[in-house]
Amino acid sequence: MSFPSILFARPEVFINDQQLGEADFFADLNLDQIIAAVTAGRDEYNLKPFFYFPLNSTDEIEYRHEVMQDLESATLFEQVKSFTQKMRTMREHLVQADALGHKYQEKAWYLDAGEIYCDAVNCFADYLAYEALKSRGFLAFRKYLANYVQSDGFTLLLAETKKIKADLAAAKYCVFLTGDGFKVRKYESESDYSTDVEETFKKFKQGAVKDYRIEFPWWPQMNHIEVKILDFVARLYPETFSNLDSYRANNGNFVDEAISAFDREIQFYIAFLDHMAPLKRAGLKFCYPRVANDSKEVYDYDGYDLALAHKLIGEGSSIVCNDFHLRDGERVIVVTGPNQGGKTTFTRTFAQLHYLAVIGCPVPGKEARLFLFDKLFTHFGREEDVKNQRGKLEDDLFRINGILGQATSNSIIVMNEIFTSTTLQDAMFLSKKVMEKITEFDSLCVWVTFIDELAFFGEQTVSMVSTVVPENPAQRTFKIVRRPAEGRSYAISIAEQFRLTYESLKERIQS
Amino acid sequence: MKAFLMHKDQDFDLERELPPNEQALTQDLALPILFEAMALDDQFLLEMARKAVLSSLSDPDSILYRQNILKDCLKNPSIVRDIYNLVVESIENRQKQWWATRYPSTIMFSAVEALKMFVDQLRKLRTFADQHADKFDSEGFAKFFTMLVAELDDEYFTRIEEYLRELKLPRGVLMSAELGKGNKAVNFVLHKARDEKQSWLGRIFGRQSPVYSYRISPRDEIGARVMSDLRDRGLNLVANVVAQSTDHILSFFQMLRTELAFYVGCLNLHEQLIQKGAPACFPVPAGPTERKRSFYGLYDVCLALSVTQKVVGNDMNADQNDLVIITGANQGGKSTFLRSIGQAQLMMQAGMFVPAESFSTGVCNGIFTHFRREEDATMKSGKLAEELSRMNDIADNIRQNSILLFNEAFASTYERDGSEIARQITMALVEKGIRVFFVTHLYEFAHGLFDSKMRNAIFLRAERRPDGTRTFRLIDGEPLPTSYGEDLYQRILPDVSAMPT
Repeated sequence: MSFPSILFARPEVFINDQQLGEADFFADLNLDQIIAAVTAGRDEYNLKPFFYFPLNSTDEIEYRHEVMQDLESATLFEQVKSFTQKMRTMREHLVQADALGHKYQEKAWYLDAGEIYCDAVNCFADYLAYEALKSRGFLAFRKYLANYVQSDGFTLLLAETKKIKADLAAAKYCVFLTGDGFKVRKYESESDYSTDVEETFKKFKQGAVKDYRIEFPWWPQMNHIEVKILDFVARLYPETFSNLDSYRANNGNFVDEAISAFDREIQFYIAFLDHMAPLKRAGLKFCYPRVANDSKEVYDYDGYDLALAHKLIGEGSSIVCNDFHLRDGERVIVVTGPNQGGKTTFTRTFAQLHYLAVIGCPVPGKEARLFLFDKLFTHFGREEDVKNQRGKLEDDLFRINGILGQATSNSIIVMNEIFTSTTLQDAMFLSKKVMEKITEFDSLCVWVTFIDELAFFGEQTVSMVSTVVPENPAQRTFKIVRRPAEGRSYAISIAEQFRLTYESLKERIQS
Repeated sequence: MKAFLMHKDQDFDLERELPPNEQALTQDLALPILFEAMALDDQFLLEMARKAVLSSLSDPDSILYRQNILKDCLKNPSIVRDIYNLVVESIENRQKQWWATRYPSTIMFSAVEALKMFVDQLRKLRTFADQHADKFDSEGFAKFFTMLVAELDDEYFTRIEEYLRELKLPRGVLMSAELGKGNKAVNFVLHKARDEKQSWLGRIFGRQSPVYSYRISPRDEIGARVMSDLRDRGLNLVANVVAQSTDHILSFFQMLRTELAFYVGCLNLHEQLIQKGAPACFPVPAGPTERKRSFYGLYDVCLALSVTQKVVGNDMNADQNDLVIITGANQGGKSTFLRSIGQAQLMMQAGMFVPAESFSTGVCNGIFTHFRREEDATMKSGKLAEELSRMNDIADNIRQNSILLFNEAFASTYERDGSEIARQITMALVEKGIRVFFVTHLYEFAHGLFDSKMRNAIFLRAERRPDGTRTFRLIDGEPLPTSYGEDLYQRILPDVSAMPT
């Protein structure tokens, strides 16, 4: 029996790891940062190819949503983590075994690797058997694992491992230090000295005290005295040590291939969920978007830039969430408003959400519907580049031409302050031309611009504005809204704000 | 072994959280002066005074428990101070002897030395109990001395001496071990090696179980180092237990210090008040729901400690009153009165004597203060917003049967707005069973309450003689539209004000 893949409903859709890399728009959207942060510390699993591979069917996306939703059960998640952690430890043991010189040492490490593997597989199979799983991926893996633990190969490995471990644990011995050497014999139930002392002074105890035990440094190698003692112990327990001797030869290469693949692929989900966790704790929302390829109605509520959120929450600050909703024939969001008001972030969010959606991940926001696009194009102007104005404008046009040449009605186009290196009149003219093209394609687009006229281009365009605090226009809210908000405050209303009026106060005070 | 001098059945918890408003309380009631009088430059006494005064007891029984112990202390001040000094000396001795090391054999040596010192000090402590127990009447001290005599008997001391000899390991080191990771030795445990030599021989000749031995060559320096490392591993657990035992005894002395320090602080304070001829009495605490408040000669203890002349006390008989509105002349003793109310309440609920001729009131759930503050230097919020924000914090924490002392709150806006805010807040508080003392110049607020003839409100006014002099006493009186600021104006700027307008 075989197990396909926890990442793909049809594993054959996945094309060779080696071909995949970052798409052009990664840097503009800070997706490179997101993926680096998500996969950090997991190099051994080589996860990036999975993040570079957009899925092209709603069924494949659904397959991942199912697995991810199963993993949102805290217990399953912990169990999977514990399983993969054990697999990692097991691999470390195999490496260590081969690095040691002494035969009883090497074999003890190999035996431990076997023990850890058996334990990892057994615990996980036991746990999965009773877990309420829903995803196709986990259901298939559970079935596979249940069969595997019943197999002869595995049961034999387990029995032999257990016996030798138990025998070694029972091999207790005594060392008596004499002036010029030592003697070794079996342990004969002598009493522990420290308990007596402890008992006598216990009465003074007021609470926990410092632990004075010294952590002795530990390394896997042994010195000649330790080797001598171990050899004596092997002579005291000859049968145990001869069993240990033959264990490795009896059990070469015990790791199952499908289990090993699962161990790698499941990291895709774990990595993303781990990345989500601190943001969720900070009150940010994630949701499973409805991803459609037959309707261009898209929306997201309480969305945010995942890269920025990761940075800000890490620094202990908070992030402002934003909504968008394109209905019916609306296709293009034109974002205008004061500088540093969160326009670029809003734009990135829009595109990031779509990319995350097509790799089957949850997206920032409390509810989302997104479009299964064929291609994603970004054009972010780089305003610092003032040296070569003519070159810059040309470059802009060249790149836009490239985009318009490849885009289809199923593409997403993101424009961020283009045509800044020319006069307003020129920019307006060029922008309108480009806008005509885009609306003709009927592509989804977000466009940040200072040209207010673009916001009133037509029925397909929707105007959104970055806002400021009304009383203090210097202060940004980082809210991007379809229409600006208002607010005002007076002397006694301050008391209301603090909930210190008669009614609120009576409500507040505990009895 | 517990002393239970601060509470009947539990230790005083130094780590216990103080009320969230402790900073405001300390500042507004001028408590640092009180704490310093109790501490006399001793850091530990200072901390203890602060913690004990700020973490109030909540029922009359536990207050009386401390009062009785404190009465014993006032009767036997030098014995109490001697015990305290012995305790402090023990703690300091150990700090001098102790050194940090990474070798269990050294830890063990150092710990055994410390144990010897402690045993001597414990003997002395026991002698105090033998000699002076009969001079103390309180339940707390009786239990304390009985505990010392019972736990530290002669047989116990004999047993300790024996351990101190054995812990020098005169017969060598015997330890057991198990096979750990990679078959390296783990779980070293030291065993008594009493007759190890004989039984080794016995085993070699008499038994099946073999013994293997190894001699280290005299030139094998690494081997010798490994052996001494092995010895340290073997001693690790026992050294830990012995060192922890000295920690236990240390913690016992530290606990004693904590339990006694508050009373030493009270002794210090009492001596200073006596010197100044300022009265102190043990208050009569009533239950939290009894709406009692009567006192005679209540004065601001911190003011008394910081000036040479005698301070004026106030009398009050305000049982059944939940709201006290204080108005009247500037510099007429209103803030002082407000502080003395807060101080006496805190001191009573710490089990102390209070600065008055007599004093009786119910225990409260918490004391809160809302005093005027300096303008916020960070310019973050306006003055009114700052005041309301502090009120907001108070509202989060205050409960029924708490006391709230307002000193000129909500004055930093138009009189009408300030009065309205003050009225709404005050009414809500009083209806929620909170006792409110409000010093105010907001005439509309004060007089509005006066006109409403609330049965549970009382109105005090700082006394001003017709010639403008202040008596610093508060008398019953209707709020007036003036606080006689002009008096001050005339006193401070007489020439200007004398000029014809």
